[in-house]
Amino acid sequence: MTSLRLDAGGSMIDRARPLQFRWGRTRLAGLAGDTLASALMANGESVFARSFKYHRPRGLLAAGLEEPNAIVQWQEGRLTSPNLKATTLELHDGLIAAPVNAWPSPQFDLLAANGWIKRFIPAAFYYKTFIWPHWHLFEPAIRRAAGLGLAPVHPDPDSYAQHVDQVDCLVVGAGLAGLQEAASLARQGKKVILAESDPWPGGAIFGPAHDTERAQANRLAAELSACPNVRVLLRTTVLALQDDGLVTMLERLTDHLPVAQRQGPRHRLWKLRARDLVLATGAHERPLVFDGNDRPGVMLASAAGQLLERQAVSPGRRLVLAANNDRAWDAALALAMAGLGVAGIMDARTAADPARVAVATVLGIRMEFETVPWRARGSRHITAVETARIIAGGAARPTGTAIACDTLLMSGGYSPVVHLHGQAGGQLVWHDGVQAFLPVPGALPCRMVGAAAGDGLGHVRPVWHISADPRRPSAKAFVDFQNDVTAADVALARSESFRAVEHLKRYTTLGMATDQGKTSNINGLAIMGGLAGLSPDTVGTTRFRPPYEPAPIGAFAGHRVGQLLRPVRRLPAHAAHASLGARFEEYGLWERPSCYPKAGETEADAVFREAAAVRAGVGLFDASPLGKIEVKGPDAANFLDRIYVGRVSTLRPGGCRYGLILNEHGIILDDGIVARIADDHFLVGTTSSNARIVHQHLEEWLQCEWPQLLVAIADVTQQWAVMNVAGPNARRLLEGLACDIDLDGAAFAHLGHREGHVEGVPCRMQRVSYTGELSFELAVPSRFALALHARLLACGADLGIVPFGIEAMMVLRTEKGFLHLGSDTDGTTFPDDVGFGAPVRLRKDDFIGRRSCLMPEAMRPDRRQLVGLQSVDGTLLPIGGHVLGKGQDRQSQGWVTSSVNSPALGRAVALAMVCAGRSRHGEEVVVWNRGGTQRARIVSPVAFDPKGERMHG
Amino acid sequence: MLEINCPWCGPRPEAEFRCGGEIPIIRPTPDCTDREWAAYLHERTNPKGMHRERWLHVLGCGMWIAAIRSTINHHITRTGPLAAPHDEASS
Repeated sequence: MTSLRLDAGGSMIDRARPLQFRWGRTRLAGLAGDTLASALMANGESVFARSFKYHRPRGLLAAGLEEPNAIVQWQEGRLTSPNLKATTLELHDGLIAAPVNAWPSPQFDLLAANGWIKRFIPAAFYYKTFIWPHWHLFEPAIRRAAGLGLAPVHPDPDSYAQHVDQVDCLVVGAGLAGLQEAASLARQGKKVILAESDPWPGGAIFGPAHDTERAQANRLAAELSACPNVRVLLRTTVLALQDDGLVTMLERLTDHLPVAQRQGPRHRLWKLRARDLVLATGAHERPLVFDGNDRPGVMLASAAGQLLERQAVSPGRRLVLAANNDRAWDAALALAMAGLGVAGIMDARTAADPARVAVATVLGIRMEFETVPWRARGSRHITAVETARIIAGGAARPTGTAIACDTLLMSGGYSPVVHLHGQAGGQLVWHDGVQAFLPVPGALPCRMVGAAAGDGLGHVRPVWHISADPRRPSAKAFVDFQNDVTAADVALARSESFRAVEHLKRYTTLGMATDQGKTSNINGLAIMGGLAGLSPDTVGTTRFRPPYEPAPIGAFAGHRVGQLLRPVRRLPAHAAHASLGARFEEYGLWERPSCYPKAGETEADAVFREAAAVRAGVGLFDASPLGKIEVKGPDAANFLDRIYVGRVSTLRPGGCRYGLILNEHGIILDDGIVARIADDHFLVGTTSSNARIVHQHLEEWLQCEWPQLLVAIADVTQQWAVMNVAGPNARRLLEGLACDIDLDGAAFAHLGHREGHVEGVPCRMQRVSYTGELSFELAVPSRFALALHARLLACGADLGIVPFGIEAMMVLRTEKGFLHLGSDTDGTTFPDDVGFGAPVRLRKDDFIGRRSCLMPEAMRPDRRQLVGLQSVDGTLLPIGGHVLGKGQDRQSQGWVTSSVNSPALGRAVALAMVCAGRSRHGEEVVVWNRGGTQRARIVSPVAFDPKGERMHG
Repeated sequence: MLEINCPWCGPRPEAEFRCGGEIPIIRPTPDCTDREWAAYLHERTNPKGMHRERWLHVLGCGMWIAAIRSTINHHITRTGPLAAPHDEASS
């Protein structure tokens, strides 16, 4: 127990507002303004977690979202989130958090045994070792032993907002550079958004040496918050900078509040475009890589500086600094000035900034130059640091002395946060002075300022890893803390030829943890470079990919969850179907009645009864989703001739016709009824699922291929509800309605289209039949759907009208051998395959897909063709069952596409696509399904009323 | 997500559009050879660099537009109304 809260200081904390929280099973108290990390430190906790692979005890390394060690399971039950960083969680009353990957506790963890055999678990150990008989046999146990937090098992109870916006200027990062930039833009009258990850502006200013900057930052923050044209978004992390300057950022709205006070969405995901984009994202301090650098008590100097500045927390009472740059000195000097014991400063350079040296001298701090830490002593916590001198060739020689301490602050230099710049495709260049990759300006719609651009990072002496022989990095010196990758693992990757930086990453898992290597990537690639004799510039970085920081999936889903993910489309007469006891299912985009079961009826019973009733009397079917596309203009007939397999221009007004629409590959895109309303006016009917697709198909050809044609197209599918009255009594039923259309069979024959009024309502009526019965389709404006439906039921009551659903319709059309697109056809079906070869051959002029129908592939004699199948014993054949020859040949010759029990025929009927099927009528085949077989005979697809007399009545 | 400047609606997010591939693609006459027809259906220039293509503003005005996009960085340098394919080929 070394860390403590000081009696004075702490710019963020409110000592009058103590907060209670729970860490695992321990109840603790912190202060308003604490992070979970600072509160735990103030309570003397130094072990925050166990490491991913070796279960080594780990303490706090950093102060911000780059933290690799202190990751926690946040909240419990439905609210829980795994793998959040203790450094970014604001303390609130009643906060609950628990360490991850440690059982029973991070202080005493049973799986720490992995650490004792650590030298036998190098990179790729598991993959190399557990290969017999198969990796997947071992994987579950290994995964249980490794890993971090637990994914929630309940649905996410929170809601997430999304916001799309644009702004003149977006400044990312509210450190001093970002504040200055935002203020300057605001003073020019620009609309500015300033986004800051932390809950407070000001960035990483700490120590008495920076009073001027701190005062300036406070003044600018106050100025900006009073500016009407500036919006300061705290707790907002920019996740991505993508094409054309699209910024995605996550604003955390309620996570910092006690659970009872949380209202509204938890997070808001912003999608923002800014004309001027300024990245003031700062820099991340890098660890030094030496033996035991992962011991609790070893942390980044800047983290200690920020904890002191903001929360008046010190990680220890007797501290040592090991650095290779001036900036890091500020943390040690600040802690010393706060009255804490600084037992020494070692610097890898030959000299340091004289001003800082002078302060250290006054404070009586021992300073050693060209000195680095050799080894951190201690097991659960550091007790002393052994020192070493840097000698020629980058090697280190231990001095044999050790400084007793409870905290070692380290600084291996700084890596500017160039992630967003890199994501957007920006170039980086290595800078030898600051020993870091800096952004190359230009080419991108953003500019970088402050530490992110390398400003104020000083002169850094590179010390990438500390060992007696630079060619043999140590296996106890950690590079990636979260994924337990050591300097020796990097050397192993190199010796096994995984030298490219992306290979190094995958082989060792360096930089693949939830922190994405924010503190480790540069050290790792520089060590690799050192071993290969290459500068970091030549080694290069791995690709920067969004998101910069993990975000909940819920934020990306936003409101598109549950019912709103894919809103259900209901029929205009939905209520009428519901009151008739319809069973609803989704067909395509629509929720439609599949059948109307009566009490005690199974679904199959209902379908059978409904189908029989249509053939015997009259049925009512809601066909409203059928696509309806108006095509109008002087060239409409000419245009549709190019769209349909059959000629449309020969159709007379008042008539309609069945037709196929192909794509340019000759494949059937859709089928339906096209009606001619007037010389220059057509109504294109499509299948229910394809209305949008056919509409886009027509528009694409009109706009892109034949823009000279004078045609206008409108999709009116949802403007018209369609009721289909089918059965021998259909006309008798309609004669009971007030109707100005002559329904007589001579005046209004099969395949006629009429416009008129039914019960005073505009009506488009077609004599078309998908059932094979006498059939009328009545289209009325959708608002009259319920009224028409009720009227038809009332008029048909005496005739025993039966409402029927899609399943009965499928029975009726299968009996008739009528095609159902998507069931009997697929993405390889040419017209000839389903018996429409003649219309293609008859056309001598061009239409879409015609030329493809003449290609050798389309004319192969052994193509699968639509046939009927009749099982020998009259039982139902399985849809999808494969058709095999009767002999020894077990090769599939096709499959069953539709199969129903026919009430009209008293047996099952089926349709199938079978190789060369049309020439094989009468042949007996075997239908194979999941190991079972049935005998069946190939027959004509038209099983019922082969002459088609019933629909012509 | 790209920002695409629709000549009819102004700059709009890519999610409102659908890419329709290379232009111009000249449709051969029906008396062409099988080889020519197959080339029309399947063969594209697939350049590294500037690519002329058409996009449909499907969740906007419903118009097909022409665009020049770099296949290296996706940057769209120019958009405009779609010309008739034969005009496009000769321009």
